[in-house]
Amino acid sequence: MNKKIQLYIGLTSAFLLLPLVVQSDYYLHLIIISLMWVVIGSSWNLLAGYTGQVSFGHAIFFGTGAYTSGILWTKLSISPFWGMLCGGFTAMIIALFVGWICFRLKGPYFALATLAGGEIIRLVATNWESLTEGMVGILILQNFRSKLPYYYIILLIAGLCIFCIDRVMHSKWGYYFISIRENQDAAESIGINTSLYKNVSLQISAFFTGSAGAFYMNYMGFIDPEVVFSLHYISIMAILVGIVGGVATILGPAVGAFVMVGIQETFRSSFFGLGPKWISQAHALVFGLLVIFVIMFMANGIVGDWSKIKKLYDKIFLYFHNKEGKEPVDSLMDSR
Amino acid sequence: MVLLELKNVSKNFGGLQALNNVSFHVKQGEVFGLIGPNGSGKTTLFNCINQFFPVSNGQIEFMGKSILKLKPYHICRLGIARTFQIVKPLSRMTVLENIIASTFCHTRKMDQARHEAEEILHFCGLSVYKDQLSKGLPIGGRKRLEIARALATKPKLLLLDETAAGLNPSELEEAILLIQKIKENGVTILVVEHIMRFILTISDRIHAISFGQTIAQGAPDEVINDQKVINAYLGEQYAGA
Ligand SMILES: Nc1ncnc2c1ncn2[C@@H]1O[C@H](COP(=O)(O)OP(=O)(O)O)[C@@H](O)[C@H]1O
Ligand SMILES: [Mg+2]
Repeated sequence: MNKKIQLYIGLTSAFLLLPLVVQSDYYLHLIIISLMWVVIGSSWNLLAGYTGQVSFGHAIFFGTGAYTSGILWTKLSISPFWGMLCGGFTAMIIALFVGWICFRLKGPYFALATLAGGEIIRLVATNWESLTEGMVGILILQNFRSKLPYYYIILLIAGLCIFCIDRVMHSKWGYYFISIRENQDAAESIGINTSLYKNVSLQISAFFTGSAGAFYMNYMGFIDPEVVFSLHYISIMAILVGIVGGVATILGPAVGAFVMVGIQETFRSSFFGLGPKWISQAHALVFGLLVIFVIMFMANGIVGDWSKIKKLYDKIFLYFHNKEGKEPVDSLMDSR
Repeated sequence: MVLLELKNVSKNFGGLQALNNVSFHVKQGEVFGLIGPNGSGKTTLFNCINQFFPVSNGQIEFMGKSILKLKPYHICRLGIARTFQIVKPLSRMTVLENIIASTFCHTRKMDQARHEAEEILHFCGLSVYKDQLSKGLPIGGRKRLEIARALATKPKLLLLDETAAGLNPSELEEAILLIQKIKENGVTILVVEHIMRFILTISDRIHAISFGQTIAQGAPDEVINDQKVINAYLGEQYAGA
């Protein structure tokens, strides 16, 4: 418990001071995007990892948040800051419908229903031109030239998101979510209103994902349906962030976010301009291979399988030690 | 006082009539035994009582009020808890967490939930497994966990579905003691069991069904000597031989 608080205080102060170290706008941008994925990945994890309702449609909430903020500004001239607050709430309203329809289905059928939901809302956003400008997209002027304010805004959202999820998971709701994941019949039999609590989980998840979407609108200044409602770039990426980092762990998706944004950027930029150009085309393939690797060797993700990774590290460490002709250190093998 | 009353309950699965006009009542404070050969509809009856299935016909009342049309979680909150014949542990939660989830049925406070859960674990003899994942429990432990989790909701009526099946003789003795202790605490019990010796020891009254129909009801020694009951069970033994 004490160790956990120490970890959180350490992480928070490190992130607060980070801009002092990272002076380059390019790297600050990557960190901002990673923090945004921390929010989306953690939200996805609350619903999928903890509550067991695997969503393939988190772009629904991300895009809704982004469009809320964009439309409020272009149509009603409401400041993007209010838009950022409203983004989460409209995502919750959309989530009411999504939950009402999709929670009739279970397991893979639920996943497919959310996937279909994502495609439907993308088509609606594309075709409802009077509201969304369709494929033209929405362009707004950013409030700040500097990236610094955006960094602190998304840091605040990410911090709140992780804090809330951590609190929720240590309360009655958290126990209810995990019970639902483990066995719905058993959950009902101990007095858990499973359909209510699935929706509670979805509402929290949608709120933070929507907030991340609204932040994206403000930060990037431009959105169109192909970007913010994208199956590949948003919904699938959310899943990857979750499983690479470790589902059903508090910090897993946060780690996954940085790893995935790092990998994505490495390939997008063809190894930061060092590799051949065609590599940037291959990043979808690499994502696929990565998922296969993670599922085969680290089913619990980086954080979930941390002890495994440490053991492997210890083994490699031992191997090199032995090569240098030293005695094997037995206690290292025993320590788990 | 009558706690639970079934009036002409029938349940069809398509063409199959799993329950046919079953009527009985369970009085407060008693252990009521429900017996019948395999496939006679005992588990189906439980699923009808806690509303996993809607009944096809008939009425089920708890404390004088109809409980048809309620949701299963609602049934639990009214005070009817159940165990599952095919155990359903919350696998990737520890034994303690399983029970804590259950105590939240009547409290919101974390401290109280944990405190009560530990008491119940102790009561059911599960304290040694406290921090173990429930999927790692031996079968006897999992059966106890089912009972503990149901008890943690503080039920007025406890439905036990074949908790003795698969237990060895010493575990069986412990199970009998546990059920008697639960009864002493004032919880009414409706118990389904296949093992005759077990049900005869613990029940105050017994109701026997076969192919979804009532064949006998009364005190344990009356029912056990009833010709229809003997036939039903013998028939099964012959079929099994
Ligand atoms: N969900 C279901 N769908 C169809 N038939 C069922 C279902 N559940 C039980 N049955 C049938 O109902 C009959 C009674 O089963 P059950 O209640 O499990 O018996 P028991 O618990 O007495 O062994 C069996 O013939 C069984 O095949
Ligand atoms: Mg049965």
